Amino acid sequence: MTNEQKSILVGLGTCGISVGAEKVFSSLEKEVSNLNLTENIHVKRTGCQGFCQQEPIVVIEPEGFFYTKVNPDDAVEIAHSILLGGKPLERLFYREPITGKPIPHYRDIPFYSKQERILLKNCGKIDPEDIDDYLTVGGYQALRKALLEMTPEEIILEVKGSGLRGLGGAGFPTGLKWEACRRTTCEEKYVICNADEGDPGAFQDRSVMEGNPHSVLEGMIIAGYATGARNGLIYVRAEYPLAVKRLKIAIEQARQNRFLGGHILGSEVDFDIEIFQGAGAFVCGESTALVRSIEGKRGRPKPMPRARTTEIGLWNRPTLLNNVKSFANIPLIISNGSEWFAQKGTEKSKGTAIFSLTGKVVNCGLIEVPMGINLRKIIYDIGGGIPGGKALKAVQTGGPSGGCIPADMIDTPVDFDSLTKIGSIMGSGGMVVMDEDTCMVDVARYFLDFTRRESCGQCVPCRLGTKQMFEILDDITKGEGRPEDMDLLIELGEAIRRSSICGLGRTAPNPVLTTLRYFRDEYEAHIYEKRCPSGVCRVRKGSD
Amino acid sequence: MEEELLEEILASYRGDRGELVPILQEVQDNLGYLPEKSMVDIAKFIGVPESHVYSVASFYAQFRLLPLGRKRIAVCRGTACHIRGAPQILNRIEKTIGLKEGETSDDLEYTLETVACFGCCALAPCIRVNMDVVGEMTSEKVDELFPPVIEGVKNDQ
Ligand SMILES: Cc1cc2nc3c(=O)[nH]c(=O)nc-3n(C[C@H](O)[C@H](O)[C@H](O)COP(=O)(O)O)c2cc1C
Repeated sequence: MTNEQKSILVGLGTCGISVGAEKVFSSLEKEVSNLNLTENIHVKRTGCQGFCQQEPIVVIEPEGFFYTKVNPDDAVEIAHSILLGGKPLERLFYREPITGKPIPHYRDIPFYSKQERILLKNCGKIDPEDIDDYLTVGGYQALRKALLEMTPEEIILEVKGSGLRGLGGAGFPTGLKWEACRRTTCEEKYVICNADEGDPGAFQDRSVMEGNPHSVLEGMIIAGYATGARNGLIYVRAEYPLAVKRLKIAIEQARQNRFLGGHILGSEVDFDIEIFQGAGAFVCGESTALVRSIEGKRGRPKPMPRARTTEIGLWNRPTLLNNVKSFANIPLIISNGSEWFAQKGTEKSKGTAIFSLTGKVVNCGLIEVPMGINLRKIIYDIGGGIPGGKALKAVQTGGPSGGCIPADMIDTPVDFDSLTKIGSIMGSGGMVVMDEDTCMVDVARYFLDFTRRESCGQCVPCRLGTKQMFEILDDITKGEGRPEDMDLLIELGEAIRRSSICGLGRTAPNPVLTTLRYFRDEYEAHIYEKRCPSGVCRVRKGSD
Repeated sequence: MEEELLEEILASYRGDRGELVPILQEVQDNLGYLPEKSMVDIAKFIGVPESHVYSVASFYAQFRLLPLGRKRIAVCRGTACHIRGAPQILNRIEKTIGLKEGETSDDLEYTLETVACFGCCALAPCIRVNMDVVGEMTSEKVDELFPPVIEGVKNDQ
């Protein structure tokens, strides 16, 4: 064997672990040590490789061989193949789904080659539990630059110039929010990272935290310096134990390296980060509810009119709240400059978007694409189309707050404004593909079941309105719908949208309104013909 | 024993209001649920009315006010899981172990619950048994994981 240093990367995100990646990892470690190769071969833990469906995934570097669905029993052969001069194991290669042709390198697999991975670049490459690995790929260089060479005003200017818009769903310009927080005069301020990721069908924030937790910390520390806050907090949902564990390790290591704590990097800047685990409430992703839940209260949003969280937030102090991916973008912007970032994407939506691509699509996983790419490219080029030769019916973005985009609109560019225009939203990154076997009335019922359960109960339109909408939809799926129900749903939806206190209620009708707009025929089939065209609902026939 | 454990847990907190949720989480992690007595003690410790602790504990989906089974089965209700057949999986489990969503068996063997999403959407439909996520669920996998109980043999008096 050559003396060249090799790495065997094993994807140990939640997806990988759930299909046995930990066993693969330990048997590889064992085999490499049995062969006395620990000097030359580094078996490395990484976060999610993104192609979740092919897990457990093993990558051999520097060649970039990509092994899919690896078994612990494959470890012996993998280790030997490296020992014997690097002839790869063809049987573990990813295969082109249609031709069955093996593709040895991940960079040639369309799922990867059609993406633009900047934020996810190091997810799946570095060991998330080892700060040195992050440092080797330039980690904390942006912090160094920000703290030692830039003033807070310059940083904010840079973030504004980049055009970055918040990736938590609403798309508010990040630089403006930072500036507003900086302008407040309070001594104590907070920087909070929103890692509640309550949208069912989304896991992109989890993957970033599991795969590259230091990038989030680095962004937050820069935000602390720029806004004048000393206290950082990450609000993670409790359903993400692995993300919590890796963040805790990362925080500890960052403290040891003096990236957190007092006099960071010898400067006058103090900043530290704590973790707060959410307790399972979708509404707590909303800024004021999130703040209240940290304060030990029920997570109920504050009614309007109210001050912005940026001015009066946690413990009534100015609070900067940004999404995980918004923070993770900051080191990239500071290192590469705002112009570099602003070149990507469209005029009004800069940078990239990260989606959890799931549902009825061949390649499920975590993807990163430039803003403005159309849905067709995502579903067919990256996603590999619809499995089983079925027809695409719709794409759902934005989770319970978003809408269903029909197949004939998949040339719509994916950016904040275009998606809003057609009744959906960008959301925080869930993208669920639906095929001809998916019933759109059932999908609408599903989302209203979700929002009705998650409504905090404080305002009537949301608490009772979503329940009413759910019951009407439930009747329709059972074959008990009445013709006037469709108009009633629209009327109710509009009323809930206008009169609810917070974003949960205001967006809850979206899945119903968009399916009624684009798939009215399916509602009609259930109501008039007592028939579910997709064969999902158990519609009761006859007049009982 | 429970009381000692609670004391031990509380000893690592200051008693600030903002610690309420973390305390409830830690107590539940250790006891499996939140016994009434523990909530009363926590209220005293933080200096808030008992009703406040109860209102918080009952607001969040994570908290349980009743003991849980040894095997906690959580079926994901996420969107990807839903359209790939989670309702059928839930149905099958309900039939196999004879419990409905939210119930715990009398012998404390099983608790069946659903969760909004645990973010393993690419492996939908998935469930979690205690701490382990099992992806790409099928009816066959349900039967393997939870061997059907034969009527009459379930409780050997
Ligand atoms: C019901 C509801 C749930 C939300 N859930 C999340 C969430 O899980 N993660 C998130 O980052 N933002 C969520 N948001 C948006 C936040 O209120 C806020 O806009 C965001 O965290 C700001 O960060 P950004 O500017 O970086 O996007 C939610 C909003 C509402 C109304």
